[in-house]
Amino acid sequence: MRAKRLRRGSNVVIGLVLCAFLLFPLYWMINVSLTRSHDLGRIPPYLFPLRPTFEGYQLAIERNLPAMGTSLVIGLGTVVLTLLVSLPAAYGMSKLKAPGSGPVLFMFLIAQMIPSVVFVTALFALYKQFGLLNSYIGLMLANSTASVPFAIILLQAFMRSIPDEMLEAARIDGAGRLRSFTAIVLPLSRNAVVTAALFAFLFSWGDFLNARTLTSGDSIMPMTLALFRFIGAEITNWNAVMATAVLASIPTALLLVFAQRYVAAGVTAGAVKD
Amino acid sequence: MNAVRAVGWQDDVSRAAARRKARRRTKLMAFGFIAPVVFYILVFFVYPILRTGQLSLQDYNFQSFFTGEADFVGFANYQAIFTDPSLGTVVLNTVLFTVLSLVFQFAAGLGLAVFFTRKFPLSTIFRSLILIPWLLPVIVSATTWRWMLFKDTGIINALFGTDIGWLSDPNWSLWGVILANIWLGIPFNLVLLYGGLQAIPQTLYEAAALDGAGAWRRFWSVSWPLLRPVTAVTLLLGLVYTIKAFDIIWVMTEGGPGNSSQTLATWSYKLSFEGGMDQSLSMGATVASILFVVALVFGLLYIRAQRKEVAA
Repeated sequence: MRAKRLRRGSNVVIGLVLCAFLLFPLYWMINVSLTRSHDLGRIPPYLFPLRPTFEGYQLAIERNLPAMGTSLVIGLGTVVLTLLVSLPAAYGMSKLKAPGSGPVLFMFLIAQMIPSVVFVTALFALYKQFGLLNSYIGLMLANSTASVPFAIILLQAFMRSIPDEMLEAARIDGAGRLRSFTAIVLPLSRNAVVTAALFAFLFSWGDFLNARTLTSGDSIMPMTLALFRFIGAEITNWNAVMATAVLASIPTALLLVFAQRYVAAGVTAGAVKD
Repeated sequence: MNAVRAVGWQDDVSRAAARRKARRRTKLMAFGFIAPVVFYILVFFVYPILRTGQLSLQDYNFQSFFTGEADFVGFANYQAIFTDPSLGTVVLNTVLFTVLSLVFQFAAGLGLAVFFTRKFPLSTIFRSLILIPWLLPVIVSATTWRWMLFKDTGIINALFGTDIGWLSDPNWSLWGVILANIWLGIPFNLVLLYGGLQAIPQTLYEAAALDGAGAWRRFWSVSWPLLRPVTAVTLLLGLVYTIKAFDIIWVMTEGGPGNSSQTLATWSYKLSFEGGMDQSLSMGATVASILFVVALVFGLLYIRAQRKEVAA
């Protein structure tokens, strides 16, 4: 009994050490973000923010708050686009056995393998032709290429588990396919829809390559791009750079705290990320 | 009599035709739901692949950025890339980056997954905490590592008492980037392998324990062989994601100094967008096409491995 408790105790300690080791970079990001500017060059650096300062955050917010707004707008737009494309398709593929479902699913499996540089190279040429460079809709569409495959694979797998008898019963009651979709399938898929939406937002929020290639100058400046520019511009103010990085982590942190159930579902269902 | 039968027969025919028509309409309706996504696939997946392939056969240079016109040049770009003195370095970097990242991510992820099969308080919370780096924007992690690996003020050199230019010394930059990427990939490996371990029936371990097998033996005789399909999927999917990694490298070193941490993905980007007057979307597209073919081969292997895993 005592040996068992001891073993459990030592497992907790090992787990704690592993966690601390693996999360050290994140701790370090927060530590540096709170360090005073004149302590940044100190060798060796302070391990703890004993005299924390918010001057880094002040500068970060001053410069990069608008970028957070931009990322938010692009992220929400990407979510809407992703759901608009994915929801009917997932329904058609899983419940209506629409012709072409097999090839579509296969294309999405393949799509996840395509390197993002292949996308941006072609999208740049396409956007240039159609005047979509430096546009919000252009970025939302580009970002959705990461989330649509994920959403479709997740949603159609979930909808498949809805019993056909339920839809059959609805049909006998006179509901058409569209009505079955909106009145039965959508409400039942709520959890999967939330998961797909959350991940679409996270993918978009984290996008760097699309923003970097498909915009120029300061026309549209999402958070990731702002952070990258900031690294170059604020060589002496790394506390502000790290503070910006902390700000860029906020959505992830919020989701982990308030939507952990959905995040876990997404992580195990897809195990997919660029 | 005959006439009645004939009418009945005709009735059957028209009813069958109506059924066929209804079925066709049903199918058409069903297709209506997936039609938008088919269009989406054509524009955002099929077109980019074809267009990138087309660009690689053209000369889309600095002027073309303004005129939008590019001449067809056949395989000249491929010839240029295959005789480029940087190619050897870039390919070697890509292989080292991919293989070393994979090996260490996998080993660490597997070790953690095995550890977390033990039952102890807080284990679920620990496990979800370890996932955080995976969900953060890559650029956040990359920025943090960049600061940690700074030669003079970085915490890594301070902790280990070294004086290595992790990102500024061409002999070390690739290793600095690999180090960060290993860290980035651990959660992904943990999730997949932990799931695989959970699927192994507990009774097998109990039987092995009864036969006197210790923990080490139980791992190699039960977990490892039964985990094989999951291992294959994890490694192949990991490979596909690692080979196209861009953000982590670009934010930490931009592929430099020189080409010392350049991989096919960053090289392609650099050729397309960062060359100033020399930039050529076609040269970038050529490298991107090569990268695509490599990723596709492993991607198809992954899909095959996954089908096998599902079937097993």
